[in-house]
Amino acid sequence: MRNIAAIFKKQIKDTLKNKTVLIQFIMFPILTLIMNNAIQIDGMPENFFVNLFAAMYIGMAPLTSIAAIISEEKETNTLRVLMMSNVKPYEYLTGIGSYIFFACMLGASVICVAGNYTLHSSLAFMVVMAIGIFISLLLGAAIGTLSQTQMMATSLTVPVMIILSFLPMLSMFNTTIAKIARFTYSEQISLMIHHINSLQPEPGDICIIVLNIVLFAALFITAYKKCGYE
Amino acid sequence: MEYTITAQNLSLSFGEKQILKDITLDLPAGEIFGLLGPSGAGKTTLIKLLTGQLRQDSGSSRLLGTDTRKLSAREHRQIGIMMDTLGLYERLSTYDNLSFYADIYHVPRRKITDILKDIGLYESRNTAVSKLSKGMKNRLSMARALINDAKILFLDEPTSGLDPVTAKEIHAILRKQQEQGTAIFLTTHNMFEAESLCDHVALLNEGRIIEYGKPSEVCRKYNHQNQFQITLKNGETVSLRNSRDSVSQIRDYLEKEQIETIHSTEPTLETVFVELTGRGLN
Repeated sequence: MRNIAAIFKKQIKDTLKNKTVLIQFIMFPILTLIMNNAIQIDGMPENFFVNLFAAMYIGMAPLTSIAAIISEEKETNTLRVLMMSNVKPYEYLTGIGSYIFFACMLGASVICVAGNYTLHSSLAFMVVMAIGIFISLLLGAAIGTLSQTQMMATSLTVPVMIILSFLPMLSMFNTTIAKIARFTYSEQISLMIHHINSLQPEPGDICIIVLNIVLFAALFITAYKKCGYE
Repeated sequence: MEYTITAQNLSLSFGEKQILKDITLDLPAGEIFGLLGPSGAGKTTLIKLLTGQLRQDSGSSRLLGTDTRKLSAREHRQIGIMMDTLGLYERLSTYDNLSFYADIYHVPRRKITDILKDIGLYESRNTAVSKLSKGMKNRLSMARALINDAKILFLDEPTSGLDPVTAKEIHAILRKQQEQGTAIFLTTHNMFEAESLCDHVALLNEGRIIEYGKPSEVCRKYNHQNQFQITLKNGETVSLRNSRDSVSQIRDYLEKEQIETIHSTEPTLETVFVELTGRGLN
């Protein structure tokens, strides 16, 4: 537990000096606040920007930041030194993962405030966001573990991030894309956020989310077995 | 004698390639042991094996009495490692780098200040690592290895690429640690470092220890020439065998005050290595 706390604390200090990761956490919450309040167009759905940016936030921030942090630690050999200092891989992942989860949940709470939800809807929103962030963390950790360098991680993360973040938006305009996109967790999260005031997910939708979790967990395990942290 | 490390006939292969072959060595407490060899000889691999990061294919090795394949947190807390790749957090300050490891090793904060002062980095405690010179980064990496008062220090090329002054400072720190009873296992391809610092050395070539002993003994063992080299004041250089036949000649030079310098010609560790392998250490 102390190792996890130490990694959590170190990561806070490091992020404050790492603009690339820091911007991931704050960009979408700030954009949501500004655009939701500044842009009002006749016929625009309620909370349009909240729904749009919440899904984008889930597809981008946790995924890119965990992949960037893990791959950087591998590239600069800090991860190797940590492992030699008897920090267990699960302690490292829990420390980094819990930190990013916490930071993203802070961002999600800002988006939630922008949505001006009732207490019940706010709680539902945060739970849905937490699920989305967790799945993104799994996928990002798999990419970070597979990558030996930050550049390699970026080249893998960017296309995945674009697909996951933009599918929910593209689904609004194209039914064919919507049919395909519904098998991704980001689309499912986006749909839930759209209906957050009367949230009643279908068993099929829950199955898709669970399948996404299983798939990315398996991907992470494969990546870890193949590349490891030493 | 209390041994911190013992290894018997260690061998390791990666696929078809044999990396280490029949490595046998002991490291008593309070001794500095130098593993000399060129790049790719297997030095770092041996450190990984002795610290439990790799498992040998055959043979046995023990660290502080425990099989290196079964090292627990207790043993890990008693070793300090400085690898050739420094592994420092570049955006964090010197102090924050150490405080992170102090948290991991459960070391009180005052220890960080003490180490920073000992190692000459106290003035740079708030400087980001990215702004430190290579020598300072090396010292910080060593400070990290020292933070947990380890019983054994593993240092992989601790002075590689450093200027002579910084290297000397590092040597002084190591001697201080040795006086406190710490066993030090270091790898180097710097023969001068090995000769001046190490109690025992092993020459490693293609994964095999080809010579082992005290540096002076290893050099004497290969002193086949057994000669004196005399430089005269007129610039002439004369080589004389170390035997009774040379006495009169040397006496003659001395009486005529012709001698500028006189040296015995025992080989260095480098020349021993060259003799044994046909190639240099660098």
